Amino acid sequence: MAANQPLLQVNNLRIEFPNRRGTLVAVDDISLHIDPGEVLGVVGESGAGKSLTGAAIIGLLEPPGRIAGGEILLDGRRIDNLPYEQMRRIRGKEIGAIFQDPLTSLNPLYKISRQLVETIQTHTDMSATQARNHALDLLDSVGIPAASERLDAYPHEFSGGMRQRVVIALALAVNPRLIIADEPTTALDVSIQAQIIGLLRRLCRDHGTAVMLVTHDMGVIAETADRVAVMYAGRIAEVGPVEAVVKDARHPYTHGLMGSIPAVGHHVERLTQIDGAMPRLTEIPPGCAFNPRCPKVFDKCLAERPDLRPAGRTDVSCWLY
Amino acid sequence: MGTMGVMAAFVLRRIFQAIIVMLVVSLLAFVMFTFVGDPIAQMVGQDTSLADRAALRDRLGLNDPIILQYARYLGNVVQGDFGISFRTARRVDVLLAERMPATLELALVAALYALLAGVPMGVYTGLYPDRWLSRVFQAVSLAGISLPTFFIGILLILFFGVVLGWLPTFGRGQTVQVGWWSTGLLTVSGLKSLIMPAFTLGMFQLTLIMRLVRSEMLEVLRTDYIKFARARGLSNRAVHFGHALKNTLVPVITITGLQLGSLIAFAIITETVFQWPGMGLLFLQAIQFVDIPVMSTYLILVAAFFVVINLVVDLLYYAVDPRLRMDSSAAGATG
Repeated sequence: MAANQPLLQVNNLRIEFPNRRGTLVAVDDISLHIDPGEVLGVVGESGAGKSLTGAAIIGLLEPPGRIAGGEILLDGRRIDNLPYEQMRRIRGKEIGAIFQDPLTSLNPLYKISRQLVETIQTHTDMSATQARNHALDLLDSVGIPAASERLDAYPHEFSGGMRQRVVIALALAVNPRLIIADEPTTALDVSIQAQIIGLLRRLCRDHGTAVMLVTHDMGVIAETADRVAVMYAGRIAEVGPVEAVVKDARHPYTHGLMGSIPAVGHHVERLTQIDGAMPRLTEIPPGCAFNPRCPKVFDKCLAERPDLRPAGRTDVSCWLY
Repeated sequence: MGTMGVMAAFVLRRIFQAIIVMLVVSLLAFVMFTFVGDPIAQMVGQDTSLADRAALRDRLGLNDPIILQYARYLGNVVQGDFGISFRTARRVDVLLAERMPATLELALVAALYALLAGVPMGVYTGLYPDRWLSRVFQAVSLAGISLPTFFIGILLILFFGVVLGWLPTFGRGQTVQVGWWSTGLLTVSGLKSLIMPAFTLGMFQLTLIMRLVRSEMLEVLRTDYIKFARARGLSNRAVHFGHALKNTLVPVITITGLQLGSLIAFAIITETVFQWPGMGLLFLQAIQFVDIPVMSTYLILVAAFFVVINLVVDLLYYAVDPRLRMDSSAAGATG
């Protein structure tokens, strides 16, 4: 085993949705990797395939969606073709997940304690008492005040921010090595978002947990991620260290994306706007998927699909480089 | 303390509402019965003179205004006197008490069977909508929901009673007296007699419960907390039964409760088809004879069943759904 083997390796992943009129390709031949303890941000517009990639990694693609090609490796071991029961044991234990809406992520009928304890006991041999104590420690660590009193509360007795803390506690319950965080703060107040992101970052750093942070909020990425992958129409447009992507984007799409973010401090006359919209899955053009909107489009872009290749400090799929 | 107080106030309020409901039901029933026919005509022979008839009518108080008759009836009911049956000249409460065990046993067995078969069938069809067994269940439920009760009953009688001769076609079979309660559950012939009526009566409820559980399961399985439960690596068993099924229970309890009420009320048809000696059959005979005291008391009793069942259903909500148990002391923290 190589010493610098990535924790997670996704090779040429393709996700399809068969329907009556044919097959929609939602994620088309993407490859990425996450190193142990690393935070990989995944950005893109709605429908770019970010969440689907996350769902595929934890093995919870909802039918009829299916992995049609490629492979997903955890520690060099293939996990995309595991039987349901084996994959279930990896979920929560090796790969945790946090979803968008904390208000609906917890079962309303059960106490927090029960939901924590059942998660802990599913993956460990702890006794009920040990699991309960561990649950208490978890609540403490995610910053729930007076955790011992709140342990036996029901989800509806918590606010949205507090519930997302509980969700984080659940996701980290047995110390997974990777967390798929799918828009973990989108549903929260802006003031709470920063707290939750800060908490997630701190906990993952303390435990050496790697994070795949799916979001469309570049601000969150810039603050949190080590590397960032920019997705467009089911493909990766650009991937690289966060600082390089933010400051020195190569792909015209990334460039436009960064230009559209207002910055405090220096005055800009107008924010950049990318004309048009991301194509629907049924209407992805041949060649580069971005070609109808690209300001620098030329002949080759219309004919051939570019592969991800190194350019400067990032990897870019664009014929300009 | 806090919760108990809230609970007690809730129950008291519901009991008060229940009394009003029952008053209204009984008044409506009483007024309605004056259009059913003339009870005197059923009670006397053809050769009774008009003078005798008038005297009898006077003696029974049937000449008084309807409101007065109702008030008198109500006054007696409050004192525990439900009147004398016009037809049998026996006390109405005794008559109904004799018939009640038959109806309640029938309704409870039917409800139990509907629940014990309906919920698992609903869960199965909800979890595996595409399996062939689910399709069979769906088809059966379509039949159960669209065929009228009496028709199913008659078919059963024809097949199992007449053609095969396995099961008795009418009556309760042998009964055993336990205190004032006569039960058919302790003898073989009683149990055999119960099978077809209970199946007939419960069939509609079964399909209703199955379809309800199925659609609720499909709904709940799409929710975020089920997705999150899977993401936590919980076993299928824990996800399906621990998390999903419990979340389908509130509507299921509602419908089942209401249906238990209608099982008792609408046992009339099943009891007629199978000549089951229950309250429904008694009520039907009472209508033919314009036996107003029996009819009124039966309706009040059925209303009372509905009210009690509704109260129990509401209390069960509290047991199942913690969000309803919220009182001021447990308000959520912020932050």
